[in-house]
Amino acid sequence: MARHTQPIKTSTLTGPIAAGSVFFLILAALAAVASKAQWPVTFGVADWAALRFTVWQSFLSALVSVVFAIPVARALARRRFVGRGLLVTLLGAPFILPVIVAVMGLLVVFGRSGWVSQGLGLFGLPPLSIYGLNGVVLAHVFFNLPLATRLILQGWQAIPAEQFRLAGQLGLPPVVVFRTLEWPVLRQVVPGAFALIFVICLTSFAVALTLGGGPRATTIELAIYQAFRFEFDLGRAAMLSLLQLVVAGSAAVAALWMLPPIAAQMGRDRPVQRWDARGAGLRALDTMWIGLAATFLLVPLGAIAASGLAGLGQMPSQVWSAAWTSAWVAALSTVVLVALALPISMWLAQTRWGGAEALTLVGLAASPLMIGTGWFILINPFAAPTQFALIVTALVNAMMSLPFAVRILMPAMRQVIAEYGRLSASLGLSGLALWRIVVLPRVRAPLGFAAGLAAALSVGDLGVVALFADGDRATLPLQMYRLMGSYRTDAAAGAALLLLTLALGMFWACDAWGRRHAEG
Amino acid sequence: MKYLMTTAAVLAASVAWAETPVLTVYAGDYFTSEWGPGPKIEAGFEEICECDLEFSTGDLMPRLLLEGARTKADVVIGLTTDVTAKARATELFAPHGQDNSALTLPIVWDDEIFLPFNYGHTAFIYDETRIETPPASFADLLAMDDDIKIVIQDPRTSISGLALVLWVQAVYGDKAADAWAQLSPKILTVTKDWSASYGLFTDGEADMVLSYTTSPAYHMFAEEDFTKKAAIFPEGHYFMAETVGKVAATDQPELADAFMAYVMSTDFQTLIPTANWSLPSALPEDQWPEGWAQLPLPEKVLFYSETEAAEVQAQAIETWRATLSQ
Repeated sequence: MARHTQPIKTSTLTGPIAAGSVFFLILAALAAVASKAQWPVTFGVADWAALRFTVWQSFLSALVSVVFAIPVARALARRRFVGRGLLVTLLGAPFILPVIVAVMGLLVVFGRSGWVSQGLGLFGLPPLSIYGLNGVVLAHVFFNLPLATRLILQGWQAIPAEQFRLAGQLGLPPVVVFRTLEWPVLRQVVPGAFALIFVICLTSFAVALTLGGGPRATTIELAIYQAFRFEFDLGRAAMLSLLQLVVAGSAAVAALWMLPPIAAQMGRDRPVQRWDARGAGLRALDTMWIGLAATFLLVPLGAIAASGLAGLGQMPSQVWSAAWTSAWVAALSTVVLVALALPISMWLAQTRWGGAEALTLVGLAASPLMIGTGWFILINPFAAPTQFALIVTALVNAMMSLPFAVRILMPAMRQVIAEYGRLSASLGLSGLALWRIVVLPRVRAPLGFAAGLAAALSVGDLGVVALFADGDRATLPLQMYRLMGSYRTDAAAGAALLLLTLALGMFWACDAWGRRHAEG
Repeated sequence: MKYLMTTAAVLAASVAWAETPVLTVYAGDYFTSEWGPGPKIEAGFEEICECDLEFSTGDLMPRLLLEGARTKADVVIGLTTDVTAKARATELFAPHGQDNSALTLPIVWDDEIFLPFNYGHTAFIYDETRIETPPASFADLLAMDDDIKIVIQDPRTSISGLALVLWVQAVYGDKAADAWAQLSPKILTVTKDWSASYGLFTDGEADMVLSYTTSPAYHMFAEEDFTKKAAIFPEGHYFMAETVGKVAATDQPELADAFMAYVMSTDFQTLIPTANWSLPSALPEDQWPEGWAQLPLPEKVLFYSETEAAEVQAQAIETWRATLSQ
């Protein structure tokens, strides 16, 4: 059906221009770094080991995240209960936490002296050992399970309610419902979610090192950090950044190849009554999955909040001004993101090329250090780069959120084109009017979710600001790291709680804006 | 008329403001936080210089290397001993002009460019309520039960991690790989930076942490916690210092010189211990703030000069990586 849809008449240029400017931002930085490099560059045994570990842990992390996300998303898709909305919001929290905060939260529960180990101790069992590949995967699943769940949940909710009702009337057993209705959707959503998480985990470094237990767990991003900040070997840095882009690009191409052609579905978007899932057994199963996911994700968060409460009173006033800085950087970043994501997703939604959005993953794989350093080099001949620190941070953050945003927006965009493309064309709607009257009201819910994610990610990101931030331009994560670096662990825990609250608050505000009148 | 007078007054005021010379000091990221040494140094220097001291913080070496001759810095404070070689190679710096013999460091310092303003040593910190018999030597540490868990920093991403690798190299030389092999089962994990390691230690996840001989001072004087101790080893401890350098192309040479002199003053030196949680570089022990002289410090101090460090560093890191990866 979608094959014959009338293209929607937005400007044909805005999408390619927006996408092109993202690639320009990355490539200009890479070229600037490479131009300052001293060649030739060496690539040793340790680098190969890092590459192997990086790819392997990313693969495992993405696999485990997606495999567990499927039953959790299914459970959330077919159950309605009080507090479901709040739970879905809170489940997104690990994703936006600064890594070191999340690691501390995980260790409270799973660490050597954590709650699980203490529980095992009661039975005379040795403490849990999470330092190793299992720890790395655990942490990455903690970060990414919520994202995978939401992406898959979104796919599930795209299945028209009518089809489930029909399945109910026909009395189809759950296995058949799964095969005929749910599996085609999973095939469309899961490879993309997998590729997205794979690329996120590629650039992991502090988490991988700390929970990986030592230099065995060296990732390419660590080598990039070392080259940029420690050895200042720009040639090596450029080459490693390129290597990371190539690995991410390969993942994107693989996802593209795996994705089936897109077929837009038409439904009336009514709340889904799941006639097929009323059995007590299925109900218990779903409850178990939701309970497990909620426990796994929320208990470490609770630990972070509990230790943060005590530190709130000890925070110096600089933390509050940093929170303000972070809030407006996040707001700016969100505006940039929306300006990029809307035209790009509209453009990509009209291509036949099923997984074209996977290409935006390349932006996510660009090391923020590379972009920061590159733009420092580019700005320096003309002005003091410190003055642009926050602008560059906002841009980089927007770019990192872009793959999420595009992935979130695409299904709704495809639906708009399928349903209203012909009508809009016959009415002669185009340009801004088309966006305002036809598109925006119909993508409002995913747009709110994407904007919220972008804002929250930006609040939690240490990013490039650490490279050239002035004293009065510190963001909240940077201020938190400064506290940690000056023995003020309690105050740092308070700052972490503030950060978590701010990020969740901004996420909730955007998401709620999107969901309000979402049916309109 | 009234308007004109106001304008004139504003102009005059702004001229007067413009005439207050500004000394731009690049400093490490932690420096200017409320609890860091920056605000006190700024207040102290502005009292005597009739100038405006402006700190500009960030990642010092990458920034200097990227800015090159375009740097706005007049003075750079916080260059650690492991980066002085790189900083020297930029040829951005002029001689510090101070008398090195006035320094009270445990090593001989004859660098005419970079002037140390504090120092400390690497040390393993433990909590005496959790470790009853702390190691009395490096050999003791290696021979400890493997159930004792230590957390260290990565030498590829952290200054203190690098100092540890050089420390092991200085103590064990050709046998460094064996020492790492003995230490390896006790290493709980390796973190990117000092903060994460120290957090793991204070949270009780690790029994010992690689930190500095001055770390117990923070707990003693800021928290009145006397249970955190540095294990002192007769084999020696690795020396680390932070230095200050004068930028050759500064447009405020007199102010920069005045600042270098201020670094060596008793005023500056006495605020270092509690503002920086490190030892003053030019202050006799009897003038240290109360209690500081009681801090256990090593008898023997190990240190590679820049040129020696350049020779051994890459191999020492590779030995560390290869041994701990097994």
